[in-house]
Amino acid sequence: MHVHRYEQAWFYFTLGLLIVFFSAVMTAALAFGVNVPSPQGVVNPNDLSTTDFAEPGVRQLSDTVYEAYVVGRMWQWDPAEIRIPAGAHLKLYITSSDVQHGFKVMGTSLNIMVVPGQVSLATHTFDEPGEYLVICHEYCGIGHPQMSAKIIVEPVQEP
Amino acid sequence: MAISRNLKALTLAYALLGIAALFVGALFGPLQALDHARIDTYPYLRMLLPFVKSYYMGLSLHGILNALIWTFSFTAGFLLFVTAKALKREYPRMWMPWLSFALMVVGLLCTAYALLTNQASVLYTFYPPLQGPPIFYFGLVLVVVSTWVVALSLISIYRAWRKEHPGERTPLPAFMSLATYVMWFIASLGVAAEVLVLILPWSLGWVQYTDPQLARTLFWYTGHPLVYFWLLPAYVAWYVILPKRVGGKLFSDPLARLVFLLFVLMSTPVGFHHQYTDPGVPAGWKAVHAVFTFLLFIPSMLTAFTVIASIEHGGRKRGGKGTFGWLRTLPWNDPVAVTMMLAGIGFMFGGIGGLVNASYNINLVVHNTSFIPGHFHLTVGTAVTLTFMGLTYWLWPQLTGRRIISDKLAVIQAWVWFVGVMIFARGMHWAGLMGFPRRVSMSAANYWLEEWNAPAMMTAVGGSIMYIGALLFFFIVVASFFTKRVTVDEEEYAFAEALSQADRAPALFERWSVWVGAAVVLILFAYGPYLLTYTYNFISPGFSGIW
Ligand code: HEM
Ligand SMILES: [Cu+2]
Ligand SMILES: [Cu+2]
Repeated sequence: MHVHRYEQAWFYFTLGLLIVFFSAVMTAALAFGVNVPSPQGVVNPNDLSTTDFAEPGVRQLSDTVYEAYVVGRMWQWDPAEIRIPAGAHLKLYITSSDVQHGFKVMGTSLNIMVVPGQVSLATHTFDEPGEYLVICHEYCGIGHPQMSAKIIVEPVQEP
Repeated sequence: MAISRNLKALTLAYALLGIAALFVGALFGPLQALDHARIDTYPYLRMLLPFVKSYYMGLSLHGILNALIWTFSFTAGFLLFVTAKALKREYPRMWMPWLSFALMVVGLLCTAYALLTNQASVLYTFYPPLQGPPIFYFGLVLVVVSTWVVALSLISIYRAWRKEHPGERTPLPAFMSLATYVMWFIASLGVAAEVLVLILPWSLGWVQYTDPQLARTLFWYTGHPLVYFWLLPAYVAWYVILPKRVGGKLFSDPLARLVFLLFVLMSTPVGFHHQYTDPGVPAGWKAVHAVFTFLLFIPSMLTAFTVIASIEHGGRKRGGKGTFGWLRTLPWNDPVAVTMMLAGIGFMFGGIGGLVNASYNINLVVHNTSFIPGHFHLTVGTAVTLTFMGLTYWLWPQLTGRRIISDKLAVIQAWVWFVGVMIFARGMHWAGLMGFPRRVSMSAANYWLEEWNAPAMMTAVGGSIMYIGALLFFFIVVASFFTKRVTVDEEEYAFAEALSQADRAPALFERWSVWVGAAVVLILFAYGPYLLTYTYNFISPGFSGIW
């Protein structure tokens, strides 16, 4: 099969473009630690009472490490407010007790699907104090547009 | 050989069915766009159409009618037509393509019934455990089966032709049509399994629980190649009709074949790129699909090259000189050429955005934001839709023996749509980068960010302009039933010739079993180990009436 000279040049241009995007992906992963989620086990959404999601909320694990268990249900996040100090590294475990939801924190790269039966894990270090808007980004019925919450990052006073 | 009246009638029926679906589906477009700027027009809509219960009922209709029925119907008619035209023979059994049409109509009626009664406001992705009534899924099954019967019709005419022409290269338009449906058949098995095995028995109440994560995976097995099922018919038009309309030749026939074969090979093992943020899929498998997705970018870039080179050839033959002079001499008064060229420009922007979506962790920025619908209104919403509008103008004289009402109006129509979508998509992409979610009725939301004001306004204005473009199209179609009869000049509607011709394509290109076999191997690699190690979790009862 005959391939024209320009076609070859174009082909190399395409490869170049792909390499640029590939590098961007690698930079985000390695330099900024942005990674896509992996499985964290399964639960029974019809009975969360025997799981870590029985009492949704924030727990402090160490000086700077916090974990939060969050349940999405039609049409609110439980808890609807998470408070942590600036600099906290937050591990969010999220699941749904009914239909699919999506968990997105504005101004961060936190963006994860919440699927009944699955546990989603998203982590982020909140350095900037302030109020972060959390929204549900997967259609979950008529109340979907009202399914929002807050992460409040409080400034830390130097002792 | 002339196309039989029977086939013309079928093609016209399919095209009109698609256009009717678009007519209803597009109605919600500008309302959604206005809603993005928190302008709620639904109360007014209900004065006219009281059965429209909510934004989400409208959005479900918009997605299904536009993205499934308009595209599938038009594609079936168009590719059945060009295949017979290219092979210069009849379908051995005309009842087969007619059966496909009947299935499409019945499927559409079932689905539309469920949608219009607000029983199935589950959007076109119908993610379980959202649960519609059985008739909704049954209708969708018929729609997909209809596409399979189209595939069988194409195979039957191809085999009849092959017997009469042993050893010859399949004429390019027929080759591409066949490749499109072969690709789609392999791809559609995922959603077929999802609906037939998981959802229908569950919706009927035969089983109580389903596995939402597994359903997502099966859906997106089909969901990405679906994009190519939309796109490849437009590529067919760009390869074999557009060069002819601009007075040029197709740059390379063998390269066109290679592009379509690459799509058969690689369209499917990429579905996880829609699931980068899914909890139930390991990051490693997502990365594998990301790499395949990047490779899949290559045939589209080759298409861009071939199409632009073919257009340039036309522009130069018409006297265009210099680096860009050939652009000026293109037939900017021919609606068939103009729609397709504008569609192609829209697609270039769509392609770049698509690369962002495909980029693994970078996708986290845009996943489920308005960036995504912004992207696909450039691709399926413009590259495909505008091309199909142009194809309507191309087919019309051949099918009805009448001219379209006005070439000038049709050119204006294309430009209005194009300008509209450029503003609309700019707004949607921009807002999406600032976190604006998709599928949220903003006039009902309990949050809003000030920085969304400007892009949301662009979305609203651009979307309204697009809709004017759509209305012009519907007007042209209806008015063109009443124009004077003309005799069609066969030469004007012939397919483009190629500069580098079919006989330079390797014989391997005609060995379908090899390509299909290789595609299956890739799919087994991309999905097999995952499905073997996945923790199946059937726990979700259905949720209905929550909309
Ligand atoms: C008449 C011009 C159109 C306008 C103004 C328009 C506007 C919109 C808007 C604003 C959305 C986002 C809704 C949301 O996320 O809440 C949307 C979604 C969508 N549109 Fe369009 N659209 C138009 C035509 C089309 C066409 C021609 C197609 C396909 C052929 C199409 C396919 C879709 C699909 C598949 C969705 C996603 C539905 C979902 O999220 O479930 N649209 N449209
Ligand atoms: Cu939601
Ligand atoms: Cu995709």
